[in-house]
Amino acid sequence: MTTPPVPAGRKVAEALAPLQISGEHHLCPGCGHPVAWRLMLEAISDLDLQRRAIGVVGHGCYTNIVSLADIDFLQCLHGRAPAVATGIKRVRPGAAVFTIQGDGDVASEGLAEVLHAAARGERITTIMLNNGVFGDTGGQMTAASVLGQRTKTSLDGRDPGDHGYPVPVAELVAALPGAVYVARGAVNNAGSIAKTKRYIKRAFELSAAGEGFTFVEVLTMCPTGWFLPTLEGPGYIEDTFEKTFPIGALKGS
Amino acid sequence: MAGCRFFAGYPMLPFTELLEAMARRMPSAGGVCMNAESEIEAVNMALGAGAAGARSATGSCGQGIALMQEAIAEAALNEVPFVVFNMARGQQDYFQATRGGGWGDYRTLCLAPKDVAEAVEHTQLLFHLADLYRAPVTMYGDYLISHTYMSVDVEPLSLGALPPKDWALDGSLGGTGRSRQIWTWAMGKADNPGPGPDLHWQHIATKFEEMARAEQRSESFSCEDADTVIVSFGTAAPFVEQVVGELRDKGTRVGCFRPITLWPFPESALAEAARNASRVLVFEVNAGQMIDDVRLSIGGRIPVVPVGRVSIDFSGMRQGEILSVGWIRDRVTDLIAQGALT
Repeated sequence: MTTPPVPAGRKVAEALAPLQISGEHHLCPGCGHPVAWRLMLEAISDLDLQRRAIGVVGHGCYTNIVSLADIDFLQCLHGRAPAVATGIKRVRPGAAVFTIQGDGDVASEGLAEVLHAAARGERITTIMLNNGVFGDTGGQMTAASVLGQRTKTSLDGRDPGDHGYPVPVAELVAALPGAVYVARGAVNNAGSIAKTKRYIKRAFELSAAGEGFTFVEVLTMCPTGWFLPTLEGPGYIEDTFEKTFPIGALKGS
Repeated sequence: MAGCRFFAGYPMLPFTELLEAMARRMPSAGGVCMNAESEIEAVNMALGAGAAGARSATGSCGQGIALMQEAIAEAALNEVPFVVFNMARGQQDYFQATRGGGWGDYRTLCLAPKDVAEAVEHTQLLFHLADLYRAPVTMYGDYLISHTYMSVDVEPLSLGALPPKDWALDGSLGGTGRSRQIWTWAMGKADNPGPGPDLHWQHIATKFEEMARAEQRSESFSCEDADTVIVSFGTAAPFVEQVVGELRDKGTRVGCFRPITLWPFPESALAEAARNASRVLVFEVNAGQMIDDVRLSIGGRIPVVPVGRVSIDFSGMRQGEILSVGWIRDRVTDLIAQGALT
């Protein structure tokens, strides 16, 4: 395998993230998920949570992390991770329990589960990797696809008359008193990556300390599912997704 | 007594009473009872608690159990033990309990108690079997069990040793190279690959074959010289036992057989109980569901004739007018008089 050329001026982390077993994965070139994985693993390691962390992972391209990270994982049914994580946390209150889900998992199939977990103030963290598309099944519209976005089930772009509006999950979660920390980050440039790392770390810190439910949405690139050249992914987030899903801390600090 | 420390449910009669009782009792037992926001949440919470090593349970009936099927199948395939208390509305959910509506090659062991005392025993047995086989297991109860209040004198059952739950997720092995994983596809870790779905699901299939052989339970009365054997399950069985007693007193050579496990269905025990019979009658309060398993057990050797029918009162809770000793006796007497050969 040849290494793709790295544009001058960009720093690429070559070393594995802490707790990462292997850098070999099946994700497409330009996918943002591995960056998000790295941030999660770094946050767990920075907070020294690896000996109490239990992750619950939904269905999507990101599910691969179950094989790639050296922490306890349960891979569960589509959309149900917050309910499964609730069961784990309630019988193991000392564990640092978190879910990793996509926008199909959270905004489409499992909206009820995440909202109720937030409303109950479960002491868990949900990380929602939002690329606005069902990547794993090949590029269909999710409840978080943005207006105008072309997918295989919104061929001329998402039209509110036909397809309705994208669901702003982070804002919905933030409206619930049980959620103590809600933020939306992105992994499309170095500044956003650094910010997102802080969001994820804070979210893990607060839920592990028993403060309540914490939620971090991460906008990630899916050039394959967006039918874009690989290198245009990061720009597409900035030009399109961030207009609908503005990044920043929504609740808590 | 059975060691349950996590319970989650969503109200639905006649399961509701169980949920309410667990909400009252679990906190003082050091456990947790969750009033979940849907049956889907409830069963997935139970799956999570079971995966973390706790004795865990959920329950519902009918439509609620239908919503739980996906997670029950998932737990069967990713080997998470918990107990599902199906407090059914009558007997129309036999197919649901024994065939299931989930995905993949899976089975769910199902115990059908005939009364409250047996339900208490079965509860202990179910938690044991769930842990023994690392599988979700179910009870087929109903209105007559969940709405009957009575004192029972039940000793803790001595059920033998169980393997350690060294597979349960507790987070303690992260970063050691030995972290755990519960995954239906059993892919393992990148540096320690699992068997993958093909081998893993074959292992599951073998396990269910073992359960099918080892866990068949049944009881029978007066079958040795019986010309007619009546099969019934759950709370309908005591009505049939009464009828059999009355007909025996009149000299009719009739016996009764009760599957205690609906799955695995006690096929060989039924074939043995009916070996001298010339007909088998099947009393169930539905359009004919268990009769399929009875026919499989009898193998076409003698006629298998339905006795029951759909019989539901307006509340949907009770078991209908045919759940009556008089009705069953008359119907059985008529069928025997007719020869009951069709």
